[in-house]
Amino acid sequence: MTILLLALRRLAASLPTLLVILAGLFLLLQLAPGDTVDALMAQMGGGDPATAEELRRYYGLDLPAAAQLARYLWRLVQLDLGQSAIYGKPVATVIAERLPVTLLLMGASLTLAFAGGMVLGVVAARRIGQWPDTLISTLGLMFYATPSFWFGLMGIVLFAIHLGWLPAGGFEEVGAGYTGLTRVLDIARHLVLPTLTLALVFLATYLRIMRASMLEVMSLDYVRTARAKGLGETGVIVRHALRNALLPMVTLVGLQAGTMLGGSVVVESVFALPGLGRLAYESVVQRDLNTLLGIVFVSALLVITVNFLVDLIYGRLDPRIAAGR
Amino acid sequence: MAALTRYLRNPAALLGAVLLLLVVAVALAAPVLFPKDPLGLAGRPLQWPFVNPKVWLGTDASGRDIAAQIFHGARVSLLIGLVATAIAIAIGIAVGAVAGFYGGLIDDLLMRVTEAFQTLPNFLLLLVLVAVFGSDITTVTVAIGLVSWPAPARLTRAEFLTLRNREFVQACRVLGMGDARIIAREILPNALPPVIVYASVVMAVAILLESALAFLNLSDPNVASWGNLIGAGRGVLRTQWYVSAIPGVAILVTVLAVSLVGQGLNDALNPRLRGPAPVKAAS
Repeated sequence: MTILLLALRRLAASLPTLLVILAGLFLLLQLAPGDTVDALMAQMGGGDPATAEELRRYYGLDLPAAAQLARYLWRLVQLDLGQSAIYGKPVATVIAERLPVTLLLMGASLTLAFAGGMVLGVVAARRIGQWPDTLISTLGLMFYATPSFWFGLMGIVLFAIHLGWLPAGGFEEVGAGYTGLTRVLDIARHLVLPTLTLALVFLATYLRIMRASMLEVMSLDYVRTARAKGLGETGVIVRHALRNALLPMVTLVGLQAGTMLGGSVVVESVFALPGLGRLAYESVVQRDLNTLLGIVFVSALLVITVNFLVDLIYGRLDPRIAAGR
Repeated sequence: MAALTRYLRNPAALLGAVLLLLVVAVALAAPVLFPKDPLGLAGRPLQWPFVNPKVWLGTDASGRDIAAQIFHGARVSLLIGLVATAIAIAIGIAVGAVAGFYGGLIDDLLMRVTEAFQTLPNFLLLLVLVAVFGSDITTVTVAIGLVSWPAPARLTRAEFLTLRNREFVQACRVLGMGDARIIAREILPNALPPVIVYASVVMAVAILLESALAFLNLSDPNVASWGNLIGAGRGVLRTQWYVSAIPGVAILVTVLAVSLVGQGLNDALNPRLRGPAPVKAAS
């Protein structure tokens, strides 16, 4: 239980951070040339200044910046993210519609990157200096240096256009009316390329960390002890080394949660996935500041949540932390 | 000298240096080989590479010379990478040095702000900055620098924390040196090497960030940027995929070169530590 308390305390400590983020972003957005109403008027094909004034009053844009910030924060406390000017719905609703797609993409990519990085890292560390290590490390470097959107495009060229195995984009076959398992499989097929695209870069990082961490752990005394008592090589790795070598990997998951969210902006745009990242891009282009601010708020919450979970997992992997060290 | 020998003996580091020199040479040769505007018309659109010797890498959908855009794009990528990295490292050192040296309330305050920046997804913050301040090349470069400083700041702070109570610093205090002088002249030179090595990671990420922004059409459209070209090639991906493929290879080579050089420097300067931990930003 100590670990839960510890994690909860860290969670509480991130509240001021959240406040700094929101106040900073809000004030930054005040500097933007043009506002929601300008964008709306442009969409309607222009309009008279009186209508613009009325709209500004309606959205509360005529108040001074400090008052707007106070109003915004007060509404946030009530979990009201305001109205999206472009979609004509509450921002919270728009985000809730888009969030599952992004969470699914991130979850799948994270799982793939973590599992792949772990396996490849262990293999590379076991065969250090030999060809599997060289091959894996080289591939890792290449993945790391490649822009993910380019990977996505080349994946589309190869697997969607030339081979015709996978769809080039979208979340599911629109209008096919699939239900149940067929629909699940259809969505999975659509997510193969985006998941690979988003995962490869992170896989490269996990692989490097896992390799280094495994090399370090394998040289420790207790591993030698395990070997000395006659345990097979697989037993040593799985039961003794892996658990300790995983600690830096788990830390990295927390550190990279935000990065992965950022990456999904690009990947969702490449594959036309209706997720949060695509929504962020659309709101930048259409200057829907309310929605953009809401997305940033939700992203920060998501990063904080992931870090909270990482704290909990860390406690399970390393009992010294749970013992209240 | 010993470090240089160690660097030259490392094949990966040597490869990185050669690749980086190649990219720099390409950037320098751009105005000589392609004196005309790289975004100007060069011929019939969508000519495949290695068909027409006048445009040996082919043309894009608007009939612009791809080779010219690649060469001029190298200038843009290197310039954005260098300037954004300089900005990020400068802010990072300033924040990290003050936080690490003084500790206490100032440290708490500065680390809260650093944490806020780290909690926000880099790329989302970049989108907000571009949405607010526009997307000409200067703004984009400064914005990339502004989202990249937290990691160098933490690194500098950690170095300062271990150095600030060393004997040579105490000696300086006894001699009556001012804080500013101790920070800048005594501690900083000792704290600098790992930060300089880390700059290679920042630069690699900066180049990737700009290319992603350009790909989304949110960077400067009036500059021959590799990301812009990839984005432009998207429309003809089905048949003329080379338009997007070629600039992607250019980005890959450049980022690889910068990373290898950084890793080589790290191995040569700190032989006991292997490789700077890559902190990957969105791309």
